[in-house]
Amino acid sequence: MMGLEKFAAANGLLVGFLFVGLLMMLAYWIARHLARGLLHGSAIAIALGLLLAWVAGEQTGGNKGVADWPLLAGVGVLGGSMFRDFAIVATAFGVRLSDLRSAGWVAALSIPLGVVLSFLCGAVVAYGFGLRDPVAITTIGAGAATYIVGPVTGASLGAASDIISLSIAAGLVKAVLVMIATPLVAKRIGLDNPASAMVYGGLMGTNSGVTGGLAATDPKLVPYGAMTATFYTGLGCLMGPSVLFLAVKALLGPA
Amino acid sequence: MVIYGVAVLAGCTLVGLYVGDLLGAALGLEANVGGVGIAMLLMIACTNVKGAPLKPGTPAGSGVDHWGLMYIPIIVAMAAQQNVAAAVSGGAMAMLAGVAAVVAGFALVPVLARMARK
Repeated sequence: MMGLEKFAAANGLLVGFLFVGLLMMLAYWIARHLARGLLHGSAIAIALGLLLAWVAGEQTGGNKGVADWPLLAGVGVLGGSMFRDFAIVATAFGVRLSDLRSAGWVAALSIPLGVVLSFLCGAVVAYGFGLRDPVAITTIGAGAATYIVGPVTGASLGAASDIISLSIAAGLVKAVLVMIATPLVAKRIGLDNPASAMVYGGLMGTNSGVTGGLAATDPKLVPYGAMTATFYTGLGCLMGPSVLFLAVKALLGPA
Repeated sequence: MVIYGVAVLAGCTLVGLYVGDLLGAALGLEANVGGVGIAMLLMIACTNVKGAPLKPGTPAGSGVDHWGLMYIPIIVAMAAQQNVAAAVSGGAMAMLAGVAAVVAGFALVPVLARMARK
């Protein structure tokens, strides 16, 4: 067994290709025979990936999903940020500039609006659960933006580590839910053209959620959603510890 | 040659991510600001500019196309290494905060999309 793990680690990326290939084969089989066209194969593949990541996380206690199983460590390379960004940029090949401009200023507006909206949801929930400390409320609110904005904001405000973990969890819930729910609600929210994909990317913001959700809905829309979502986390990290924290403090009054 | 396309893609991605890191550092953040977006704009410029060397259907173009088609498998691998266990065990507050943010975001998509089309 030890020898096999060493071999798998030395050929990690290849194991990743094989693993994803088999997973997608299973997903497309389920799509054809069990889901009967209700769900696209890629949506099922992403859901299966999340499910396996959950099982692996519960079993190993790690935080990298199936990549914490020594045999599948290579999946972490294939699914890491380097290949993800590389492939997203590749989807921009063949995008027409006129499509990118179709959403105009509304696309740009959707990013700050998305940050504030998510923050508000998280902050109100935190308040509802009895939190009154502005630092804690701000950190949870920032976590509802993305699981990066949460800890970055919490660290710069000096939040307690249990609050920071909660903010990461909130961001992870958001990312996972966006991946799963986007293909299910896509039709209802009109997510079928470049303009609405850009607005969607700006409003949801969570990079993994948006790219996963769009991949499962319509791969042609990926570059448009990724274009706006890429600015979301940066803007969130900028606004969280500054204007948003000051707004929370002003609303709650002197502690 | 196929490698030309792959090299251009890698170059655009690297330049974009690096500029995004610089932008983040200039703003005093520990986060990349718009790196992927900048890289995508570079990539679009490489294909839309008149006389650009990179066109769909050429050998160099197929080097880029291949990675665009690998996008979904890579996203599946990304999903498989998410910290889902932490999301599930985060408790009611984290769950509710995440769900509320998603529902609010979904609700606003058609509103803004309608504004965009005007």
